[in-house]
Amino acid sequence: MVKNNVNIKLGGEAGQGVESSGMGFAKAIARAGLHIFGVQDYMSRIRGGHNWYQVRVSERPLYSHESQIQLLIAFDERTIEDHLHEIVEGGAVIYDQSFKGVDDEAIKARGVIPMPLPLLKIAEEVGGNKLMMNTAAIAAACGVMDFELSYPESVIRDNFGRRKGSEIAERNIRVAEVACEEARRRYAHLFEWKLEPIPNASKRMVLNGNQALGLGALAAGCKFVASYPMTPASSLFEFMCAQAKRFGIVTRQSEDEISGILQCIGAAHAGVRAFACTSGGGFSLMVESLSLAGSTETPVVIVLAQRPGPATGLPTRTGQEDLLFALHAGHGEFPRAVLTPGTIEQCFYEMARAFNLAEKYQMPVIVFTDNFLANSIRSIDMDALDFSKVALEIDRGKLILPHEHEKIEQAVLNGYRRYEFNEDGISLRIPPGHPKAVYSVAGEEHLPEGFIDWEETAENRNRMVQKRMRKLEVAAQNDMRLPKFYGHEDADVTLVCWGSSYGPVREAVDTLNHNGLKANMLHFVDIHPLNWEQVADILESCRSWVVVESNFTGQLARWIRMNTGLKAPATIGKYDGRPLNPTYIIEHLQEVLARV
Amino acid sequence: MATVTVTMKDLQSPVEPTWCPGCGDYGILNAVKRAMVQLGLQPHQVAFFSGIGCGSKLPDYIRANGFNSLHGRPVPIAQGFRLAHHDMVAIVVDGDGDNYGIGGNHWLHVMRRNINITHIVQNNMVYGLTKGQYAPTSMKGYVSTTSPEGTIEWPVNPIAIALAAGATFIARGFSGDPKHLADLIAKGIQHKGYALIDVFQPCVIFNRINTYDWFRERVYKLEDDPNYDPHNREMAWEKAHEWGDRIPIGIFYINEDLPTLEEQIPALAEKPLYQQEIPPKLEDLEALKLAFV
Repeated sequence: MVKNNVNIKLGGEAGQGVESSGMGFAKAIARAGLHIFGVQDYMSRIRGGHNWYQVRVSERPLYSHESQIQLLIAFDERTIEDHLHEIVEGGAVIYDQSFKGVDDEAIKARGVIPMPLPLLKIAEEVGGNKLMMNTAAIAAACGVMDFELSYPESVIRDNFGRRKGSEIAERNIRVAEVACEEARRRYAHLFEWKLEPIPNASKRMVLNGNQALGLGALAAGCKFVASYPMTPASSLFEFMCAQAKRFGIVTRQSEDEISGILQCIGAAHAGVRAFACTSGGGFSLMVESLSLAGSTETPVVIVLAQRPGPATGLPTRTGQEDLLFALHAGHGEFPRAVLTPGTIEQCFYEMARAFNLAEKYQMPVIVFTDNFLANSIRSIDMDALDFSKVALEIDRGKLILPHEHEKIEQAVLNGYRRYEFNEDGISLRIPPGHPKAVYSVAGEEHLPEGFIDWEETAENRNRMVQKRMRKLEVAAQNDMRLPKFYGHEDADVTLVCWGSSYGPVREAVDTLNHNGLKANMLHFVDIHPLNWEQVADILESCRSWVVVESNFTGQLARWIRMNTGLKAPATIGKYDGRPLNPTYIIEHLQEVLARV
Repeated sequence: MATVTVTMKDLQSPVEPTWCPGCGDYGILNAVKRAMVQLGLQPHQVAFFSGIGCGSKLPDYIRANGFNSLHGRPVPIAQGFRLAHHDMVAIVVDGDGDNYGIGGNHWLHVMRRNINITHIVQNNMVYGLTKGQYAPTSMKGYVSTTSPEGTIEWPVNPIAIALAAGATFIARGFSGDPKHLADLIAKGIQHKGYALIDVFQPCVIFNRINTYDWFRERVYKLEDDPNYDPHNREMAWEKAHEWGDRIPIGIFYINEDLPTLEEQIPALAEKPLYQQEIPPKLEDLEALKLAFV
C-alpha cells in the first residue's frame, strides 16, 4: 500500500466540467489535511476538444505536477487513448461502462487496471441528471482509494448548497455515495494507492497564482484596475472585479489594452495605486504607453501573464517567451523593474512589493506570471499569506497626496518642481489638486518644472536622462534582491531559472539530491534592476550551471550574459506550450551534463 | 462652482506659446481661459490632458494642471484620472489626428461611457506639426504631401459620429470667434457627462483651403435659429450633415438626463478614490481567505 502519495488525472471534453471537478476534488483532499498541487490543461474552445486536470497529493508541500500518474478518471474515451501511457504499472483507469471502444486488454497489457463503472446510470437513476456523472466519477476515485467521502461532500455542499439550493447538493451527495460504494466494492482491493486524512491538520487554503496576485494587490491597497480580457490574465482581472464592491476598488474593462494601461497611468498620476493585466499580445499594445510612464515617472504596475506566441500562438498554453521583450519594451531608455515570482506565496508578496517599488522609484513595474503559474493550484497554510506584514511594508516613497495640506505647506516652501533633480533621481511627487503644486507634465523631454523643454538644451536632456536612469542604480542597491539558492549547499550542478520554473526545478533538485547527485536551484525573482557584479560572483561560485526555462532562445541565459559576460555552460529549454516538469528537467539535464 | 474671482492673469503661464503667428490655437487658448474665468475655476481645480500636435501644447500655456501625453492617447488617461480624482475638472485638448485618427477607438468608447470630461478637439483639417499631410477631417480632394493628387477619402464627420456613439453634449466652435467658443467650453464644463467641442481652427501655414475667411463666409450659429432645439436628436442629426455654403456651429445636441460613469461607481460615492485609506481593513482581507479553504 502507498499512503498519501498519488497523482490523479481527470480528462474529458471542454464543457464536461473537467476543471471544476478537478478543483473540487483537490479542495476536498486539502480539507483532509493533505497537500495538493493541481494543474490544468485546456484548449481554446468552449465545447469539445480535450481538457485535463491533474491533482497530485502528498503529505509534504508540493511545488509541481509530475508526468506519471497512478489514477486516470476518464469522462470520455479519448482521455484513455491520450493518457494511458502515463499510467504507472498497477495504476488504474476509471471510466463509464457504456463507453464503446475501450480496449480493456490493451489497458491490462500495460499492467493497468481497467475500472469500468455504471457512472452515467448512477447519475441518471440516483441523481436524475446525467451531468452528475462527474460527481459519480470523483466519488468512485474516492472509493478505490478508500478516501472518506465526507470531504468531497463538504465541497459539494459549499459549491451547490448556497447557490442553486441544497436539493441539488443532496442529490449529488446521494450519487456520490452510491458510486463510491460501488467502486469500493468492486475495485478497492486491487488498487494500491490510498488516501488517509491527517488527524488534527491545520486549515489550508487552495489557490492559484492569479488569485495570489489579486490578494497581493488588495493587500497593497490597489484601488484601480483597467484591463482588456486576455488569457491567462483574465482570471486575475475577474478576481479584482469580483472584489471591487467589497473593497471599494474601481475596475474598468477598457476598449483595448492601450486604454487599459493609460487609464492606470491616469489613476496613478492622481495618486492611486493601479494595475493593468494582460498577456503578450496585449502587452505589445501597451508598449508605447509604458514608455510614457517611464518618461512621466508614473508608478504603474503591469501584470504580464505569458502564453506562447508569436501572435495568438497557443492561447491556453504556457511559456516564458516574453522576458527579453518586457525588459526592452518601449522606445527610448527609461527605468523599469521586472519581477518574476515563481510560487503562490511569491505571487502574493511580489505583487504587493511591485506597488512599493513603483511608487518609491516612480517607474513602471512589470510582474510576470504565465498560464502554468496563473492556473496551477497549491495548498498553503493560512498564515503563508500575511496581510499585516504587507500592510506594514507599504511604502509610497516621496508621495504627498493633494489633500495632505500641512505636509504640502511644509514641503513646498520654495515652490514645487515635479522633476526636481536629486541625488537619488527621485523627486517629490504631489499629484495634481493642491494650489501650491500646480504643474504640467509631458512625455516630451521636460524641465524640472514639468514643462516641455522648448529650448531642447543638451544640458537639461543629459540631466533628465541621468536623473531617470539613476533610479535604477539606487533601486538595485537598496531594494532589489539577488537570486536565491534552494537545495544542496555544496552542489555539483546548479539549475538557474526564473518565474514559474521554480516549482518543477525545485522538485527536480529534490529528486536529484535524493538520487545522489548534488544539485541546487538558483531562482531569480528580481530580474531587473540588479546588482550584476554580485550576481556574477554568485554564478562564478557555482561548479556548473544550467539555465532552465520555457522558451527556445534561452532568454534568462542571454540576459545574464548581457549583464555579466558569463555564458551559461548549458541550457534546457521547452517551447511546446506545456509546462516544465521534474522528469523532463532531469532527463535533459543528463543529456546536457554529458556534453558540458 | 465659483467661490473666488479668477482673472485672465491668474491663468497666465510663464511659458510663451511656440505657435505660428495667426494660428487658430491662440483663439482656443483664449477661449479656454475665458471659460475658466467665467466659471471661477482656479488653476489647481482643472487638469488638462493633451495628445501630440500643435494644439496639444496648450497645457503648458495655461496655468493649470496638465498632462501632455502621446499622440491619440489623452482620452483614456483623463478617464483614469477622473475616476481617481473626480472632483477635478478634466479637460482633454487634442487634435483631429489625435482624436479622429489614431485615438478614434478611445473616443468611440468614452462617449458611450458618459464620463464627466470636456473634450476640445482642435480641428484644422490638416496635419500641421508633421508639416502638411492630410488629416481624417480633410475634405475630399484635399491636396497634401501624402495626397498629391488630392485625397480620395471622405472626411470624418465628428458631429454625426458623436451623436451615433451616444455623446450627451455635442458642440462645434470656431477659433475665429473665441467669445462664442468660450461660452461653448463653459457650457461643456458645466454639462454633467461627456462634452465634445469640435473646433474649427485654421492652420495658417499648411491649410490654404480652410482659412479664416473660408470659415467666416460659411459658419452660422445654431442658437440664432429660434426653431432649433438641441434636445431633439433628429434635428441634430440633420444639422450634423450640413456642410458646404453654410456650416453650423454652436450646440448641436444636449442630453442632461443620463447619469455619468462616476455616479454609477459605488467606490466613488463618498470621496475621491485618491483620498481613500489604504490598505483595506485586515479583518476584511482575512475573511477573504476563508473562500479558499
